[in-house]
Amino acid sequence: MSYGRIENHPILGPLPETRRVCFLFDGRPIEAREGESIAAALLANGIRTLRAHEEQGTPRGIYCNIGHCMECRITIEGVSGFRACLSLASDGLDVCSGIVLPTPFQPAKLREGDAYE
Amino acid sequence: MIDRLDLIVIGAGPAGLSAAIASARCGLRVLVLDEFPRPGGRLLGQLHQEPDGFWWNGIKEAQQLVRQASENSVDIRTGVSVTALEQIGQTGWKIWTNRGPFSAKHVLIATGAAESACPLPGWTLPGVMSIGAAQVMTNVQRVRVGNRGVVVGMNVLSMAIVSELRLAGIELAAIVLPPKNPLNVRASDPGDVLRSLLRFAHLAPNALFRFGASFLGNSLMQRMALKLYPRRGIRMWNTPLQLRRSAVEIVGGSCVEGVRIADIDSEGVPIPGTERLIEADFVCIAGGLYPLAELAAVAGCPFRYAPELGGHVPAHDESMRTPLQGLYVAGNITGVESAKVAIAQGQVAGLSIAIDSGVPDSPTETELQTAMHRVKQMRRDALIQFDPDITACRNRMYGTNDAIG
Repeated sequence: MSYGRIENHPILGPLPETRRVCFLFDGRPIEAREGESIAAALLANGIRTLRAHEEQGTPRGIYCNIGHCMECRITIEGVSGFRACLSLASDGLDVCSGIVLPTPFQPAKLREGDAYE
Repeated sequence: MIDRLDLIVIGAGPAGLSAAIASARCGLRVLVLDEFPRPGGRLLGQLHQEPDGFWWNGIKEAQQLVRQASENSVDIRTGVSVTALEQIGQTGWKIWTNRGPFSAKHVLIATGAAESACPLPGWTLPGVMSIGAAQVMTNVQRVRVGNRGVVVGMNVLSMAIVSELRLAGIELAAIVLPPKNPLNVRASDPGDVLRSLLRFAHLAPNALFRFGASFLGNSLMQRMALKLYPRRGIRMWNTPLQLRRSAVEIVGGSCVEGVRIADIDSEGVPIPGTERLIEADFVCIAGGLYPLAELAAVAGCPFRYAPELGGHVPAHDESMRTPLQGLYVAGNITGVESAKVAIAQGQVAGLSIAIDSGVPDSPTETELQTAMHRVKQMRRDALIQFDPDITACRNRMYGTNDAIG
């Protein structure tokens, strides 16, 4: 599915020309407008899933788009925890989606009737 | 590196920038920090037509403030996240950021507001976003949020952004109420919502709504209006405003595929057997705004609870001073209002800080009074009142009265 950009706007006018940059998202090249956020560039390219929930693996995307909610966590150049909505796309940037993490310290699932310690 | 700063402003929105300009004009050395890549705060994305026909374009308003700030040697740094601040004796404040610490004698917290969450089943699916996210994506990033959307929640902010999405050619299948639950008590009550919609019906493009506002003065009429309100909604901006339907859940596998909705009774309770699916590839959740005030709490500032202003706000007086020496607040952190009020509050804060700095060009008390007067004027003239009791609440908080003169 492709969403694309709002090229012409009745009040804001045509989208200004900018240089194109190219970054990698999970190894796939993504074209972005210089100065735009990784979240915006990915959405413009039809990518809405930014990570899998660390424990449950359910897909997650942007929620607030202005840095408040922390839903759009991605890994940039090997460092996790960046917000895709606040991080700018730039040439050659290596961006990875969030992945499911091991949960070694999770207690065994409680069975019905088990008492809480 | 910057040495001997007089003021650090946290937040490069309308309040923060105008405070920076006002204080820099009095000779203060000012640094403005903001974690968003562009200055302007939530001015960025605002787009509406005023009654005189003027298009208020937040991007242009922000550019103008940034230009004035630069002309007055204000240092604006974006991409800087403030994580903590602490008072260092009587000498000032230390600010901790992702780019290291900064120090200044005075700090203004102008962090604005955040959107209240409004959880419902399926709301973590990719394609579900806050209404403000859609605004920024559409008007600032100029990226289409989807092909066909549903808006959950009817309030002054969501109605403004719905018109912006429509302006950009984004299709909306429906605007419905959120499900009734303990978090959405008033937002899911069709009567409450109708009353709040009628407060800004003068802005509606729909004649029926404008007309409705003029005769729905008493509660009996409002109850009748609700009964007569069509199930399929009244179309505004070619989008059905479905006051008698609410979202039940958002459905989809790997992303949004639709919203299950139901007819509701006058209390907002779903009527069994009325569920249906609206196909959509994105959903905007509109839960309203609350003051984003964590940093004031970290600083040790006392708080006041004021539901009319959006929740807990840092204690402050009309001059934008907090009880803590050298700490000031301005803009939506003091209560959710329009950007023009925030700009006027920022000017007050900037002048107060300049007075307290004792700079040679210190503003007079009269200038401060004039600036405080302007805040009241802006509040009175605001196109949109987020709450009908803002002025009364401010008067109680500041010990002031309605007189504008």
